Amino acid sequence: MKRSLEPSEQQDGGGTSGTVKKKSLKKSQKLRRDKHSEEEGGLHWERLPQEILLHIFQYLPLLDRAYASQVCRGWNQAFHMPELWRCFEFELNQPASSYLKATHPELIKQIIKRHSNHLQYVSFKVDSSRESAEAACDILSQLVNCSLKTLGLISTARPSFMELPKSHFISALTVVFVNSKSLSSLKIDDTPVDDPSLKVLVANNSDTLKLLKMSSCPHVSPAGILCVADQCHGLRELALNYHLLSDELLIALSSEKHVHLEHLRIDVVSENPGQQFHTIKKSSWDAMVRHSPKFNLVMYFFLYEDEFGPFFRDEIPVTHLYFGRSVSKDVLGRVGLTCPRLVELVVCANGLRPLDEELIRIAQRCTQLSAIGLGECEVSCSAFVEFVKMCGDRLTQLSIMEEVLVPDHRYGLDDIHWEVSKHLGRVWFPDMMPTW
Amino acid sequence: MAPNSIHWFRKGLRLHDNPALREAIRGAGTVRCVYFLDPWFAGSSNVGVNRWRFLLQCLEDLDASLRKLNSRLFVIRGQPANVFPRLFKEWKISRLTFEYDSEPFGKERDAAIKKLAMEAGVEVIVKISHTLYDLDKIIELNGGQPPLTYKRFQTLISRMDPPEMPVDALSDALMGRCVTPVSEDHGDKYGVPSLEELGFDIEGLPSAVWPGGETEALTRIERHLERKAWVANFERPRMNANSLLASPTGLSSYLRFGCLSCRLFYYKLTDLYRKVKKNSSPPLSLYGQLLWREFFYTAATNNPRFDKMEGNPICVRIPWDRNPEALAKWAEAKTGFPWIDAIMTQLRQEGWIHHLARHAVACFLTRGDLWISWEEGMKVFEELLLDADWSVNAGSWMWLSCSSFFQQFFHCYCPVGFGRRTDPNGDFIRRYLPVLRGFPAKYIYDPWNAPESVQAAAKCIIGVHYPKPMVHHAEASRLNIERMKQIYQQLSRYRGLGLLASVPSTNGNGNGGMMAYSPGEQQPGANGNNSSSNGHGHGVSGSPVGTANGSGSILLNFDSEEQTGPSAVGQQTTQQQRIKPPSQTQTQQQQQQQQQHGYHSVPDTSQTITSSRVYHEFAVPQHPGLHLHTRGGITGKRERESEREGSGEEEQASCSVHKMQRQSAET
Repeated sequence: MKRSLEPSEQQDGGGTSGTVKKKSLKKSQKLRRDKHSEEEGGLHWERLPQEILLHIFQYLPLLDRAYASQVCRGWNQAFHMPELWRCFEFELNQPASSYLKATHPELIKQIIKRHSNHLQYVSFKVDSSRESAEAACDILSQLVNCSLKTLGLISTARPSFMELPKSHFISALTVVFVNSKSLSSLKIDDTPVDDPSLKVLVANNSDTLKLLKMSSCPHVSPAGILCVADQCHGLRELALNYHLLSDELLIALSSEKHVHLEHLRIDVVSENPGQQFHTIKKSSWDAMVRHSPKFNLVMYFFLYEDEFGPFFRDEIPVTHLYFGRSVSKDVLGRVGLTCPRLVELVVCANGLRPLDEELIRIAQRCTQLSAIGLGECEVSCSAFVEFVKMCGDRLTQLSIMEEVLVPDHRYGLDDIHWEVSKHLGRVWFPDMMPTW
Repeated sequence: MAPNSIHWFRKGLRLHDNPALREAIRGAGTVRCVYFLDPWFAGSSNVGVNRWRFLLQCLEDLDASLRKLNSRLFVIRGQPANVFPRLFKEWKISRLTFEYDSEPFGKERDAAIKKLAMEAGVEVIVKISHTLYDLDKIIELNGGQPPLTYKRFQTLISRMDPPEMPVDALSDALMGRCVTPVSEDHGDKYGVPSLEELGFDIEGLPSAVWPGGETEALTRIERHLERKAWVANFERPRMNANSLLASPTGLSSYLRFGCLSCRLFYYKLTDLYRKVKKNSSPPLSLYGQLLWREFFYTAATNNPRFDKMEGNPICVRIPWDRNPEALAKWAEAKTGFPWIDAIMTQLRQEGWIHHLARHAVACFLTRGDLWISWEEGMKVFEELLLDADWSVNAGSWMWLSCSSFFQQFFHCYCPVGFGRRTDPNGDFIRRYLPVLRGFPAKYIYDPWNAPESVQAAAKCIIGVHYPKPMVHHAEASRLNIERMKQIYQQLSRYRGLGLLASVPSTNGNGNGGMMAYSPGEQQPGANGNNSSSNGHGHGVSGSPVGTANGSGSILLNFDSEEQTGPSAVGQQTTQQQRIKPPSQTQTQQQQQQQQQHGYHSVPDTSQTITSSRVYHEFAVPQHPGLHLHTRGGITGKRERESEREGSGEEEQASCSVHKMQRQSAET
């Protein structure tokens, strides 16, 4: 008994204490359960029809299902029904790099052996270690007899797929591309995926691909993603970095053959200060809006202030704007002029000058705006009240750090929430941080 | 016969507003004020020298004040549970008094001592004076669960009677006939030890920036109020370069050790406000500093795992990176970000940093840049920060890392821009990082961007004399925001399903999730089906399949506290019942013998006593062995607690946070 607990400790990731406690805990759990089942005896659970059992099993966590499977042969059969194995999330963590538990290797083996052909929606959550990324690739390359609809490779901490040899990663990934033939969603952010592997993806899954997330994949070129857009006419959601965005890509996505795009997510990240960014023609954006009038354009900016030169010069159909670093008054002023479709705006930081006129302008011009978040900025209380008054109850999300609001002759911090609540038609308070 | 009393000092190191101490002398023949210290433990504890020095100064001050009343402080070398029985006998004690300790392990320790006292026929009197309110009353008012948002907390407070007035300080008059028998060798036996005696090397130790003690605290509060009166502005002072430095009006450490009564502070603020503002009644924000403290004490009082992520029902499980090297760089001020390093240097040297500086370094360590667990940062603060109190420290770290209390997470403090906004000239950095002194203001926050000629002129080459930045901030924040979003999206998804379908599942996702959260595929058939059926069993795996709705929003609509908050803590019930043995069992029958492997259960919060916690309260150090012993004494109480928790009525309340934990734990 004692020895048998050791692997669990390892799995624990060297976590706190607790082996002994778990042991006793387990006992009490078991006792309680036993008592429970006695009470319910005589109901002939074993005669429950398979389909009802399946339905019940669908609501149970894996572990509970595993327990139930030990009750009788019938329940054990139910446990292995393909319907219950369509979704699986592999969690790959090492004790040295994560606090979380990993999917047990035995379970992984079992799944590959008995259920890999049932898998349809698969994701891998890997921690920051190379070992975990390698383990994910090993599993991927064994998924030869399954047809996945969804595949997600998710780095939960520092991206570890990037540490693998590119060829190793690519060969594992292409196994899935080639075998699946009907991939619909693919999330491969922060991985060394490259142009040739995207070609394999397209060659095998062009009819089914609807979603592709590949932010920060440095080995993909604008031509590589253009190939995807050209061939996969069902693509509705796409996430990538700004350097992959081109006029050609937008034109391809708005071609006749292409379905309406629903989401386009662009990350604008600068590698070095003073980096030059290309521009996208207004006509290309116009083509997009004509083809997909309802599409969301989500843009995340992580730039230095002086790198915004090429942005917000022309009208842009952006709906969600996130400024992760300091952004100048000037740029925010331009946002008010060039973003008529803006729905959500988040400004994490700004200089020391209040954003009064900029906000008022945004309220005037961005008539769809319904959510705003302000971090390290300053706005005078009066201007803020004016802003809220102009937007009124269409502001469903209003997340303003308390420090942002500068009291002035009209409103102090204690009365501003009344005034704002009045215009919103609901109780509102600024966000607070602990004074600690 | 007049009783012989012991007053047991732990926190509350003061003679003013000390109701328990008042009880000790009421009608008593003798009184002895004791404080327990274990000198063999001190040197090896994880509490830094500044904190120990502050404590010893508090004790010396107490002793000096007691001398003026012809009494003394008895510093007892040893552990309370071991020594009390002897003291009860030796001093013929019939009354023991102490201040109420709201923290879970303090409560446990006190329960054990109470039992010892009762067995020895000693009456025990406990008084609340470390917090403004009886925390249990706040919890009661909130329906039995601690409030999990500060707003909610404020609402509750505004419905309560004002705190009790402070009681008079101990004086000759109050002492009356009560005396303290003091032996000739008192100094040898019971004197306040020196830092050397505790095993600290004090060579080269600079003098204390924050001197400990009640006398100092009372001087400071007068200065504090004078300054407030002078500016006649009771709003939160706006941050500037000066506010980063240790101030002679700072009070946080004095409140932490109880050198200053929070109620005295409360009423002095009230009086001043009324005097200056003429008759208008003070707003709650006047007491901000005190209420935040109170908020975290309330959140922690019934949660022994408040300082942990695992098994903590109010803490979101975030897959933090385990990275000892990066953690060490942060703790040792070698991140290569001058703003962060200067703050960490100030913390190590002086024991205090401004609250916005705390936000900056905490954000950098956790969700902002390094993605390292808040627990690690909390431990470093526990070592270095004078005012670090278990509840407040853990609570603030959870808050700042967006691990609890329903925070918006979009806002990350920039390790370059935030400092620059606060102190454009960079004087703070030059003060604590003399190596960067030669840099002009333009580059002092990002010296790695300075041209070589500037670095040469500053006599500081980046990468040689001062480290290069350890992370690419833009890239790190992009990654981290994305991860936070994923975590919170799952959370809100679970919120809907989490309440076991008793709440409409539209709740959590009402804001319209976004594709960016996870690869959301809108295939109504398979997907909808899957996410509802599997979402809750094996939910996470369902998630890549679909966020059924899509917008780009990263602003989250948290459900109102009334719905989610109160249900969060106290989920031990569900947890207990849900904890299931091995993930392994699916391979059952064929591999019976393997069933014991892979045993992943979350430690039971109501029954587990974490051994690591032993070190937290340094004022009364406890040996691990003793701690276990202590446990035995209160099993009865514990059992009752779990019975209560096990009762059905709490079962239906279920919390998404908790659900998520459970699910991750099980997979």
